[in-house]
Amino acid sequence: MMEFFRFLGAGTRASFAKLGRATFFLVDMLSGISSVVIRPRLLLKQLYSVGVLSFLIITISGLFVGMVLGLQGFYILSRFGAEETLGVMVAASLVRELGPVVAALLFAGRAGSALTAEIGLMKATEQLSGMEMMAIDPIKRIISPRFLAGVLSMPLLAALFSAVGIIGGQIVGSGLLGVDDGAYWSQMQANLDFQGDIINGVIKSVVFGFVTSWIALFEGYDAIPTAEGVSRATTRTVVNSAFSILGLDFILTALMFGDN
Amino acid sequence: MPHNNTQDTFVGLFVAAGIAALFFLGLQVSNLSSFSHGDTYQVIARFSNSGGLKVKSAVSAAGVKIGSVRSITFDPKTYESVVAMEIDAKYKTLPDDSSASVFTAGLLGEQYVSLDGGGSSDYLKNGSKIEITNSAIILEKALGQFLFKSAEEKKSAPEDKKSSGKK
Amino acid sequence: MDNLNSTQNSLVSVHNLTFSRGKKKIFNDISLEFERGKITAIMGPSGTGKTTLLKIIGGQLFPAHGSVTVNGRNVHHLKHDELYALRKRMGMLFQSGALLTDMNVFNNVAFPLREHTQLPESMIRSLVLMKLEAVGLRGARDLMPNELSGGMARRVALARAIALDPMMIMYDEPFTGQDPISMGALVLLIKSLNTTLGLTSIIVSHDVQETAAIADYIYVLSEGKVVGQGTPQEIQKSESEWVQQFMTGAADGPVHFHYPAKEYMDDLLHSEKPLFSRQRPPSDRNAKRRRYS
Repeated sequence: MMEFFRFLGAGTRASFAKLGRATFFLVDMLSGISSVVIRPRLLLKQLYSVGVLSFLIITISGLFVGMVLGLQGFYILSRFGAEETLGVMVAASLVRELGPVVAALLFAGRAGSALTAEIGLMKATEQLSGMEMMAIDPIKRIISPRFLAGVLSMPLLAALFSAVGIIGGQIVGSGLLGVDDGAYWSQMQANLDFQGDIINGVIKSVVFGFVTSWIALFEGYDAIPTAEGVSRATTRTVVNSAFSILGLDFILTALMFGDN
Repeated sequence: MPHNNTQDTFVGLFVAAGIAALFFLGLQVSNLSSFSHGDTYQVIARFSNSGGLKVKSAVSAAGVKIGSVRSITFDPKTYESVVAMEIDAKYKTLPDDSSASVFTAGLLGEQYVSLDGGGSSDYLKNGSKIEITNSAIILEKALGQFLFKSAEEKKSAPEDKKSSGKK
Repeated sequence: MDNLNSTQNSLVSVHNLTFSRGKKKIFNDISLEFERGKITAIMGPSGTGKTTLLKIIGGQLFPAHGSVTVNGRNVHHLKHDELYALRKRMGMLFQSGALLTDMNVFNNVAFPLREHTQLPESMIRSLVLMKLEAVGLRGARDLMPNELSGGMARRVALARAIALDPMMIMYDEPFTGQDPISMGALVLLIKSLNTTLGLTSIIVSHDVQETAAIADYIYVLSEGKVVGQGTPQEIQKSESEWVQQFMTGAADGPVHFHYPAKEYMDDLLHSEKPLFSRQRPPSDRNAKRRRYS
């Protein structure tokens, strides 16, 4: 029994210690952003590996999610004779929820895990330590550009996801199932609010990009520098990112759409 | 760092595509475009009940959107709902004896104001008041009346149940 | 230790250093001097914290007690910027080479120059080729780190370490895992760099022959203490049993072949204790704590 409490205590202490390290890490990372701004080339390279390389998976997934929404939405809405509101349903669910959330989950799996593995391996092969000894701050040189790239890419990827999804819904809805094309778009425009829906969706995706990049980079930086340690850290990135994205999504949704 | 032109190009394409997607969402998907035209004029209509009408609800004529509701207030003297509407300046030839009705788009749709043209040769202008209005149909009231009516009918002519129930 | 003469001649002095990891004392009150322009070796068996010592000198780790002075400045009292300025003048060669895996050999060597100087690209090119020539790898400039052998990677790392013309270089196990030929090449390289560039070199190693061949002075460490010091000749003639065992490589002696354990027969006859017993072996407990902290 005592063992159990000791174990619980040690676990709690370790969690708080980790949270503390993550906070210090965040502060360092944010203060390193100023040095990224004066060297945009570092950012460009990371935008490529974080953003461009996620482009394909995001757009293809977006297309299919939109098509499925079109299909399912049509079946349900046609029961009430409200097929012309299909556009509203597809667009609202994508812009408000699925766009930011699914894009962020895919981002965590595609880019987040890659970031953790990269940083973890750089630590394991002493590259980070080597940089420190060359008087180059690895946080400024390696971490901050990746973080900024993640935060900037996420809203673009989420917007792409939603846009492609809405087109996918239109292909299925008006192309295959015969919903009126004009009604699809006009109902959407009449019922979606720029401020309330689009901007809130963008805010969500920025928050998710921030959190996912932070988790991915910290797990890599904090990884035990062995093969096993890096693989565990990569798993933790995906799991913790997913939890944080879904939890934060609930909180943000309650804050943004709660008064409706 | 040596330059890598292909990478630059791809990043450029990615950023352009992302921003294009944002514009697409803003202009094509949401109602941002309806804010953008500046020239509108305002008309007022009084309804005894404006139902579920909301600010930014559509104002349409013959099914085409020509403006939006700007404000809805309650007049405590006349117990009426005062609806101010902004109508796009390019539709300036609406007769001033047009009537305004609150309709529902489909069974589950949003409520909107429909303007039906009259025969006057004078046109609505900024600050005009629409005199002829039809209030929103409140579903509960309508249903209540309908049920009441069909119950009456049932009493008087029970053999007609089928056809009246269908209606 | 407070001998003024010795401190003036030394580039790096370690005074009364104590450093612990968990409950284990890695260094227990040790003092070392590293003279300018000389090759000083730190020797000792694996696990005596030799790499840790280099990290303490480089300011990456903080000691519990004692001080480390490099070029007259206390490393652990420096501000972040001052420490980084000092590190530009300290080269370090990591055991793995620590080359940046996403760029080729040329860019790896150019990396510190590009980060720290505003030199035009043509001048960086000349400098990089010069450094690569010094380690004999000018022809390998377009290879990626994963295409290099271990010895080549270490030589590229050496070229990178001298890119900024530092005043000293710390070598972490430069000979480990090398075939005799590349080992010979490295020995020669370290020696010639030291004399031609006037560097101060600190070598951490357990390769007795190679190190003794080029070192001017040797410290032998064991269990957190300096157990022997002197020129290679003095060390070889040392009367300390411990030093003799290390230099000749005898399997048993003061350092036992066996990791501390209870009696062999005891261990064989008794089964393991249950998992959640009160007397958990302390090493096990430490392992768990390390994983979370």
